[in-house]
Amino acid sequence: MSTASDSTIQQRFRPRGGLSNYAVIIGLALVWVVFQLLSDNFLSSRNLSNLVLQIAVLGTLSVGMVMVLIIGEIDLSVGAIAGVAAGSMAVLVSILHYPAWVSIVAALVIGALIGLLHGTIITAIGIPSFIVTLAGLLIWEGVQLAIVGDGGQIGISNLFIQSIASTYVPIPLGWVFAALIWAGITVFVSVRRRRRMRSGLTALSVTAYVLTLAIVAVVVAGVTLLLNSYLGIPWVLVLLLVLVFGFTVVMSETPFGRHMYAIGGNREAARRSGIKVRTITVFVFVMISTIAAVAGIIEASREFSASNALGGGTLQLDAIAAAVIGGTSLFGGRGKIYHALLGALVVGSVENGLDLLGQPAAVKNVATGLILLLAISVDAISRRRRLARGAAS
Amino acid sequence: MQLLNQTAGGRAEQPGRLPALELKSVSKRYGNVAALTNVSLEVYPGEVVALVGDNGAGKSTLVKAIAGAHRIDSGEILVDGSPVTMASPNDASRLGIETVYQDLALCDNLDVTSNLYLGREARRRHSPFLDHEQMEQHAGQIISELAAHLPSLDSLVSSLSGGQRQAIAVSRAALWGSKVVVLDEPTAALGVAQTAMVYDLINRLRDRGLGVVVISHNMADVFAVADAIYVLRLGRNAGEFSPAEATPESVILAITGADSIKPKASEIR
Repeated sequence: MSTASDSTIQQRFRPRGGLSNYAVIIGLALVWVVFQLLSDNFLSSRNLSNLVLQIAVLGTLSVGMVMVLIIGEIDLSVGAIAGVAAGSMAVLVSILHYPAWVSIVAALVIGALIGLLHGTIITAIGIPSFIVTLAGLLIWEGVQLAIVGDGGQIGISNLFIQSIASTYVPIPLGWVFAALIWAGITVFVSVRRRRRMRSGLTALSVTAYVLTLAIVAVVVAGVTLLLNSYLGIPWVLVLLLVLVFGFTVVMSETPFGRHMYAIGGNREAARRSGIKVRTITVFVFVMISTIAAVAGIIEASREFSASNALGGGTLQLDAIAAAVIGGTSLFGGRGKIYHALLGALVVGSVENGLDLLGQPAAVKNVATGLILLLAISVDAISRRRRLARGAAS
Repeated sequence: MQLLNQTAGGRAEQPGRLPALELKSVSKRYGNVAALTNVSLEVYPGEVVALVGDNGAGKSTLVKAIAGAHRIDSGEILVDGSPVTMASPNDASRLGIETVYQDLALCDNLDVTSNLYLGREARRRHSPFLDHEQMEQHAGQIISELAAHLPSLDSLVSSLSGGQRQAIAVSRAALWGSKVVVLDEPTAALGVAQTAMVYDLINRLRDRGLGVVVISHNMADVFAVADAIYVLRLGRNAGEFSPAEATPESVILAITGADSIKPKASEIR
């Protein structure tokens, strides 16, 4: 019914996902408080700095996963792709003695080509991405084993590659970065607000505007202070934030990103609107595979080697779990890039906290699984509510 | 057939006016099945034409031909008097013809503005970035002109009622369709109040000078909004009526072809 009272009800309960965002942040805060109570060290700057290093790979993979989930697809092969990329880089730099940058670029190109292959098979033959990337998982794990060879791992002695995941931004430069991030967000928020006011559209009130900038300032300064009080901001965090920021701009400020949401929401409607569904799908798989290669490079840098176990285990499932826990829907069309960061923080915090408490891997897996189940239930229930609302009208 | 001549004569009395859309002897076959045979249709600017017929009468095929989704085998399609070829939905869009299908083709996960601009997003000058403000402003204009009952432009389509969703689909067609808007069964899934809202919407499209084609099963719809009624039966024109002069019964007779069925029925007993 389209009565006036209905409209006001809908406005009061805006289903924009705002609540679930807060739910994740509250959940994260809860996890942190509980672990701090159980173990004094959890909220120490040293441990939180470690946490950042631990979630770098997972967060990077999840950024790609969020995008694939938004277009209503899934990729089960990201861990194996990371392994192939890391292995290739290690072979190039350590055995064939190519320069570091050549090896890194080659690893990224290999990732992109794998994505191109996946995307092309998915769209041209019309096989669900679930199956294609499951086959990909097996194939690329095999390729990874072949590349790494009988030794089980290839050491990386190149200093530049080693430094990616193990160096920190110098303390003063860290503060410069923090100031730049705050300034960038301030410019973005201010320009948007001025444009909307000039166009006569609803814009942030002065209070909300000042409050937003104040909260951003506190968060940015707080994180910087915390990390600087240990060794500084890890360069991998800078890399991860650049990825999150860059893809956030793509998703919310370009027609390409808008079309990705449309494909996930209603593929047929997107096609009829002239959106190039296949091209975009292929491109998204190229993006996630390239991002997986980035994750592989980071992990190899962390381990100083590319092993045949790199990217294996629960990593790729954790990447899906992190995206969903962060608030991205498994059913397509709903999600934000920063969900990757939030979800990776939750998954990483639980694992880190249980490590501190000396719990075995079994407990960590069960805990992560339970949180995932909770997140998916929230996702499914809110989806059912939306559908019920549509059917009732 | 008398009625056909009468009304056709009546509408032709507007000298110098070209139909916004005209179909001349359009035929379409699917293999051995003749879906449309020599079908003709005229839609003038500022006029609502209802297209009625039983299931399988060829309404959907005709809509797809007008929307550019299917090529016609023979005959002519004219827009503003000049013949055009339509090989794809994009061709139809370019000619100012927009079609609202029964399923509305909306993205539930996007807000109203995004749906209105789906696939045709406005960009800031010299940049790859979306011009949110321009889109929201224009969307606000068209919505307030056509469908004032929406909660707000940034509400997600999933939160809207069936009538509101129909209104958004129609508004999108009106935003882009400069000449003709085709509505496929616009009231099929709607309640009484929402149906009235859609009638209102159709009248506003007419007032904007658009030619409107409404496909419907529902005689109440047809007589409430149409300026001319075309009946299709078995893929052929089976009569053209003026709602002012015809009765629903006479239109239903033309739809079912009751006259031609009677002798057969008596044969069977």
